[in-house]
Amino acid sequence: MTTVPAVLDERFRAAAAASGRLDVAFDVLEETPIGPLLVGVSDRGLCRVTFDPEPEQEVERLARLFGPRVLRSRTSVDRARRELDEYLSGRRRTFDLELDLRATPEFHRRVLAELARVGYGRTTTYGALAAQAGSPRAARAVGTVMNRNPVPIVLPCHRVVGSGGGLVGYGGGLGRKEWLLRLEGALL
Amino acid sequence: MGASAIPPFETFYEAHKGEVLAFLRRRAGRDRADDLFQDTFLRALRAYERLEHGDHLRAWVLTIASNVATDGARRERPTAALTTEPAIEDALPSFEELAPLTDGLPAKERAAVVLRYGYDLDYETIGDALGSNEQAARQAASAGVRRLRKEKESR
Repeated sequence: MTTVPAVLDERFRAAAAASGRLDVAFDVLEETPIGPLLVGVSDRGLCRVTFDPEPEQEVERLARLFGPRVLRSRTSVDRARRELDEYLSGRRRTFDLELDLRATPEFHRRVLAELARVGYGRTTTYGALAAQAGSPRAARAVGTVMNRNPVPIVLPCHRVVGSGGGLVGYGGGLGRKEWLLRLEGALL
Repeated sequence: MGASAIPPFETFYEAHKGEVLAFLRRRAGRDRADDLFQDTFLRALRAYERLEHGDHLRAWVLTIASNVATDGARRERPTAALTTEPAIEDALPSFEELAPLTDGLPAKERAAVVLRYGYDLDYETIGDALGSNEQAARQAASAGVRRLRKEKESR
């Protein structure tokens, strides 16, 4: 089987992204302090951040949610890569990225909008977030929303802890939640 | 059996990029193949949202590659009909010429005839494209040609 030279491959992927015809462009940031992260971007904004990604599975998932024209492309995630790098090295406190949450259900979006207001270095609880989203008894449902957060880190579900102050859970594993909270100085 | 789902473009591209490049190198030479490679997949991307199913994507993308190579050749020597291999070029009927002639053939024979004589693909490639093998592709093409001859005689 003929191998496509890397230069040629990259050039096509960049041209495809520049053509504006992709539903989602993605790449894997291989070397972050919290392991590999897959980042997906549509023409509307960041639509996906995944810990420990299995690219084939993620590609299928992105295609199902956003359309089949999903392609890996380094250039198209440049901005998200830069902001995440800066954040993870302690040089950035807020993200300026547009988000694409169109594949997220309405109740989830409402909760995530409240989550977005929890600032750097602060924490809140599942119950408090539920109350702010107008459903004070939905703490458990808020846990589900956090667990399905399509763009963790950028929408900071790591800042949501149990009412007793315990870390409780995290889609990317508790070790990462702890790391992120320490980075922000919320944990000593 | 229903039509297969359209795969993510990434999966489609990864599955066929090596073969498309090999095809373009054979057809247009190493130097030109690089540009044609990009054009082929950009064209495929443009057409991707109009796909209705995921069947025969291999034949589909090789067809695009073949068209891209032909268009490129036309652009490069619009008036140079006599300078390079006119005999070979002229001997190959285009898809547009073949299509109406082969309309009445059974699907598999038609595909084999068009891919062989319209696109100049080898039987191994055609066999893969049709989901069978070299031998079956050869048989389908020759059965198609026999049928066309018979039709012509009976007219």
